[in-house]
Amino acid sequence: MSEAAAIDTAEGQPQEVESAVVRFAGDSGDGIQLTGSQFTMTAAISGNDLATFPDFPAEIRAPAGTTFGVSAFQINFGASNIMTSGDQLDVLVAMNPAALITNLEDVKTGGVVIADSGAFTDRNLKKAGYEENPLENDSLHNYRLVKIDMSRLTVEAVKEFGLSNKEALRSKNMWALGLIYWMYGRTRQASVDWLKSKFANKPEIADANIAALNAGHAFGETAEMPAELGTIQVETAKIEPGTYRTITGAESVALGLLAGSQLADLNISFCSYPITPASSLLHQLARMKEFGVVTFQAEDEIAAAAAALGASYAGSLGITSSSGPGIALKMEVIGLAIGTELPMVIVNSQRAGPSTGMPTKTEQSDLYQAVFGRNADAPMPVISVSTPSDGYVVAIEAIRIATKYMTPVMVLTDGYITNASEPWMIPDPSTHERFDVEFRTDPENFQPFMRDETSLARPWVKPGTPELMHRIGGIERSYDTGHISYDPDNHQKMTDTRAAKINGIANDIPEQEVANGEPGGKLAIVGWGSTYGPIDRAVGNMRDQGYDVSHIHLRYIWPLPRNLGDLLKTYDNVIVAEMNNGQLRTLLRSEHLVPAEGLNKINGKPFLIRELEDAIRAKLEN
Amino acid sequence: MNVQSPPEKLTARDYATDQEVRWCPGCGDYAILKAVQNTLAQLEADPKNTVFVSGIGCAARFPYYMETYGFHTIHGRSPAVATGVKLSNPDLNVWVVGGDGDMLSIGGNHTMHAIRRNVDLQILLLNNQIYGLTKGQYSPTSKIGTKSPSTPLGSIDNPVSASQFALGVGGTFIARSSDILQKHLPEVLKRADAHQGTSFVEIFQNCIVYNDGAFKHFTEKSVQDEMQVHVEHGQPLLFGKDKSKGLVLNKDEQRLEVVTLGENGVTKADIAVHDETNRSMATMLAQMDPPTMPVALGVLYCESAPTYEAAVHAQIDQAREKGEGDLAKLLHRGQTWTVE
Repeated sequence: MSEAAAIDTAEGQPQEVESAVVRFAGDSGDGIQLTGSQFTMTAAISGNDLATFPDFPAEIRAPAGTTFGVSAFQINFGASNIMTSGDQLDVLVAMNPAALITNLEDVKTGGVVIADSGAFTDRNLKKAGYEENPLENDSLHNYRLVKIDMSRLTVEAVKEFGLSNKEALRSKNMWALGLIYWMYGRTRQASVDWLKSKFANKPEIADANIAALNAGHAFGETAEMPAELGTIQVETAKIEPGTYRTITGAESVALGLLAGSQLADLNISFCSYPITPASSLLHQLARMKEFGVVTFQAEDEIAAAAAALGASYAGSLGITSSSGPGIALKMEVIGLAIGTELPMVIVNSQRAGPSTGMPTKTEQSDLYQAVFGRNADAPMPVISVSTPSDGYVVAIEAIRIATKYMTPVMVLTDGYITNASEPWMIPDPSTHERFDVEFRTDPENFQPFMRDETSLARPWVKPGTPELMHRIGGIERSYDTGHISYDPDNHQKMTDTRAAKINGIANDIPEQEVANGEPGGKLAIVGWGSTYGPIDRAVGNMRDQGYDVSHIHLRYIWPLPRNLGDLLKTYDNVIVAEMNNGQLRTLLRSEHLVPAEGLNKINGKPFLIRELEDAIRAKLEN
Repeated sequence: MNVQSPPEKLTARDYATDQEVRWCPGCGDYAILKAVQNTLAQLEADPKNTVFVSGIGCAARFPYYMETYGFHTIHGRSPAVATGVKLSNPDLNVWVVGGDGDMLSIGGNHTMHAIRRNVDLQILLLNNQIYGLTKGQYSPTSKIGTKSPSTPLGSIDNPVSASQFALGVGGTFIARSSDILQKHLPEVLKRADAHQGTSFVEIFQNCIVYNDGAFKHFTEKSVQDEMQVHVEHGQPLLFGKDKSKGLVLNKDEQRLEVVTLGENGVTKADIAVHDETNRSMATMLAQMDPPTMPVALGVLYCESAPTYEAAVHAQIDQAREKGEGDLAKLLHRGQTWTVE
């Protein structure tokens, strides 16, 4: 095919857009995630608000060219209120046929498809399931197709560095990035700097990647490409002044746990067992040793929870982390933490289930497990993370509640939030409110289960404290002394007290506010966790169109905010939108007797804005 | 400022709580409890720095009877909980007490990993070859053919040898004793306490209700001299009345054999000398079973190795030497940008 780009397009004019959605897709070995994160950083530095969605296969090294080996990274960037990574793609960069076939349906009609024609070989076409080359048979006529032999152009661009063909092709992602930078008028400097520092020890690799980046950019400038592709101006956001970074959910939770431990004046013992998508939290904290953070990769999920509880018993903050199936294994230990009334934080990065389910796909289906999933009456606070940056404050809050009320606390996040990123105004930790833990040291009238009158929390005593030796355990404890007790009245009293302690936390958390809209009206969309972005955007769009709809988003799942029942009853209709089969809906119906309906999506992918808009419209136009 | 008088020397009784001990009358656990309390008194262990952690089972009631810190956890998990305690505060002296079902069946995985990591714990495995608290089912150490409520026709699976298991997973201290050896047991426990790392002590314990006499073939007075060899580092492996028998190493077959001094020209010089740093010898000793061989008791194996928690904290200290962490700086790490 010709060296210059062949393009099938309707004639168009240079345009200015409020936002744009770009997805890079290729083999898992193509460096797609790196490409995406570089574009993210450059968009952020250029002043765009943004949201990203990395989507990678479960297989570590899936066979090249296969559909199940496709890795993708999506970014939505533009003016403010970028709440999601975007419903539909303006631009898809497909590095091979498998990437095209698995991602094409998300491209909007008239959207741009940039394909590496050099990778559309007979072999790759067959692997992807194409009977004929879609770049040649007009099957893509609904899109603006840009065919470029990126493979060959990359090899040529890096020829002078003496790399093997295979090594040279590793820079193909940078070539594509250079072209997209040109399309959106972005500077390459941040990525050039990054490549230089990343490959500081391998300057020839840095040089080759930079050459590929520049070549991709130059190709856009010099090739005879239709003008509109080069002049897309994306509006910048009106962003609050401050210093920003991008942050993923895993990063924000890790930093929040560290910040919270400092505010509580505790050391962290983070005990975990590898599991997708929760492992990144372990990786983050394992690199925080200069803060005294102890990380422990245990032999299994149970041991991880048990060691965390042992650490809490000894006076550190024990934290464990996993995803749904692993959390199930930890539950007996969590029950022991509830019974012995020791603080502990459990981070659950939810994924699609049941059982192994779809480990790399997101879901919100562990609400029941978090709130109800233990033997006996075993109440525990549960709080949730709503956006990639929200993990910071949620993790701090989890530690505050755990230590103040001597209880395990579960933090619910999910696979989407864990990996997705957004810009974050970096807070000043010295302005955070402290909640220093006071260990009991006074032997006067000491009883291990004597409670604080308000919080109902028992004292926390570090082993090593003189004259306070005592024994605790999983067998029911006598109300004050903690000695083994099989007394029927005592068990009733202890069960009631454990429930009252956790219910009382409702008086120590903020009242539920309306995220978007106002109290009262025709319809409330209630969400929790990572559905925040699409719900808020959809409700905002519909309100702009005059629909009477509000968005209520829960951070606190258990106990629920004290005003929530009254607030929900001010709406004619309540729809609970969640990525499960109706778990929060059940909770709200049982706790508050509200006739909540469900909008449920369980396909491993976040809600699209338009799916929510359709539901709002359907409800309000009936 | 108060002038503190030197603390009075504690006796075994000072390590006992006011809680009524609720094991069956005649249970071997009483003797082990007494031996542990005696040991702590002899060691002048500081009760405030001593922690007993246990799982579930008869033996796991132990912490309630010790006037120290104590944590009675859940079935099988005590080695993992204890690992967390040591990671959090390496200065605590942590003892883990459990039975054969707790530590080798439901908790076998945690026992293995605590031992191989060499966490500085004293693990006391009270082996009675039966489930007591759940009323008499066979356990992973029960002999083949054990009749129990769950195996009315006799158990059919091979038992595990606790000490061989501990040796096999890389234990750095493996010792054995018995509930009825009230002089021997505290000596073994003192060695266990002195060892840095996981000290694994298998204590043969008689369950008078569900498995009475399980060890009598080597613990009864009439046979104990002939059926027990008490090993000591650097000493010849002699046993029997008047120490007239001994163990020699059959080098051709790589195994220990029983010989009698004076027979076939055997002299004391032929007797193998116990080397507790030799894992192969320890394994051979742990494999010996009556009636053809005596049971080896004492410190079978002991080697010096770094403890897990020390290594964990050494990495932390090393990181801190380069500069204490600064959260504000960490938040700004990587690429940032400023909006005016």
